[in-house]
Amino acid sequence: MRIRAIGAALAGALLLSVAACGAGDDPLASDSDSNASAGTSAVTVGSANFAESELLAEIYSQALEAKGVQVKRQFNIGARELYLKALQDGSIDLLPEYNGALLSALHQGGAPQGVSKPDDVLAELKKVLPAGTEVLEQSAAEDKDTLTVTQETATKHNLKTIDDLKPVAGQLTIGAGPEWQERYQGLKGLKELYGITFKEFKPLDAGGPLTLNALLDGKIDVANIFSTDSAIATKKLVVLEDTKNLYLAENIIPLIRTEANNPTVSGALNAVSAKLTTDNLTQYLAKVQVDKQDTATVAKAFLSDNGLV
Amino acid sequence: MNLSYLLDPAHWDPSVSGSFPQLLLSHLWYVFLALLIGTVIALPIGLYIGHTGKGSFIAINAGNAGRSLPTLGLLMLMVTLLGLGLLPVLIALTVLVVPPILTSTYAGMRTLDRRVVDAAKGMGMRPWQVLTRVELPMALPVLMGGFRSAALQVVATATVAAAVGLGGLGRLLIDGLAVNDYSRVLAGAIVVAVLAVVLDLFLALVQRWVVSPGVSGRF
Repeated sequence: MRIRAIGAALAGALLLSVAACGAGDDPLASDSDSNASAGTSAVTVGSANFAESELLAEIYSQALEAKGVQVKRQFNIGARELYLKALQDGSIDLLPEYNGALLSALHQGGAPQGVSKPDDVLAELKKVLPAGTEVLEQSAAEDKDTLTVTQETATKHNLKTIDDLKPVAGQLTIGAGPEWQERYQGLKGLKELYGITFKEFKPLDAGGPLTLNALLDGKIDVANIFSTDSAIATKKLVVLEDTKNLYLAENIIPLIRTEANNPTVSGALNAVSAKLTTDNLTQYLAKVQVDKQDTATVAKAFLSDNGLV
Repeated sequence: MNLSYLLDPAHWDPSVSGSFPQLLLSHLWYVFLALLIGTVIALPIGLYIGHTGKGSFIAINAGNAGRSLPTLGLLMLMVTLLGLGLLPVLIALTVLVVPPILTSTYAGMRTLDRRVVDAAKGMGMRPWQVLTRVELPMALPVLMGGFRSAALQVVATATVAAAVGLGGLGRLLIDGLAVNDYSRVLAGAIVVAVLAVVLDLFLALVQRWVVSPGVSGRF
């Protein structure tokens, strides 16, 4: 009887949630309607759901506001699959992107092999952009995949480049996001391009705290960490040089709806891109991630330190 | 949505790493360990509280507090404290398993007809005999209900092990989401759901077998 009552309650809850899904329609679509009625002059800036993307989106927003452009913030949307849809249906107009990752997502079957340098990636990217969108000038700042080891591991096996892993990889465990198992810019590429097969692959998170802590604890020997991670400097980690350019360029680039673009907007954003470097991005990102400062404060500091406001 | 991942025979080959049989086995292993540890912890405490009536607030409040802890959050906390491995996963899952078993053991003991206990005492049974021959057998239907609900919860929740680099059916969900392969996510969800139903049916049979016909009314 008790079990049956629980079952009935569960079934009821399920029905309710299903009904709620049906009634809600597309939550992003309704947003675009209200956006349209608010007037066309406002630019809606979106971001992905990680700290660096939000910081960049805030920098873009403040740079636009300084030029008198009205800005609506729609941050922390989610993964690329989600925010690209939001961009295409007009819920957002602009967001910071990474040229290589965006190319991999848009190009059928992942990024074309052999394309890894910034300009090549940009050229390929422009061919596959969704209709009605464009990219502005890309910055020198890159946040790319790396294979990183601790100083201790590097000394022990004498590691400087990814090639150096080849003789010892059979004894080493690698940790990265689960997608690495199947990506060319992951285990597949390491095997095909460098001839490296690791002893074990541990699916963790994409350059996040799990991976970093596992590396520091010695649970994994090699980690996929992003190049703008301040832990590389603070924990004295060694980034192995990618001599064969397995990892694509990941220059930060504004992706914008053509409708929302005009000379004022592109001028403000291109000025930001001109000042962004991997070093200063790492430095300002650490203020958010390590010092726990407010994103808006850090963005403001970046703009004023670089003479952009 | 399509079932291609689920129906691909290559994914059912037990010798391939990451195939359904392998994931199922590791999943069941986590479930078994969590249920075992949870039962070892919760059953004696529940029996003691139910038998003596002392500390019933513990049974009730610990049960409620345990249920309100989000397993994924607890798991991440444990991973931060203990590092990666099986231990943090088992702790998080055990915390999920203990409340239903503890509460149902206590409830089963307290809701049985106290006159039967009095009669047993009147017949000269010692406290231990009263517990093992009268109270426990009579509490078993409710206790098994709690155990089954714990088993169902843990089968579904053991998928979190994949979030911290372990195996189990959660791999299908986490990896599928990571590479945008919804056919795989769907396959994982279906296998977990079917496993939960099969496990519950199995435990229903166990319940039928362990509960005395005199208690369940099946002569």
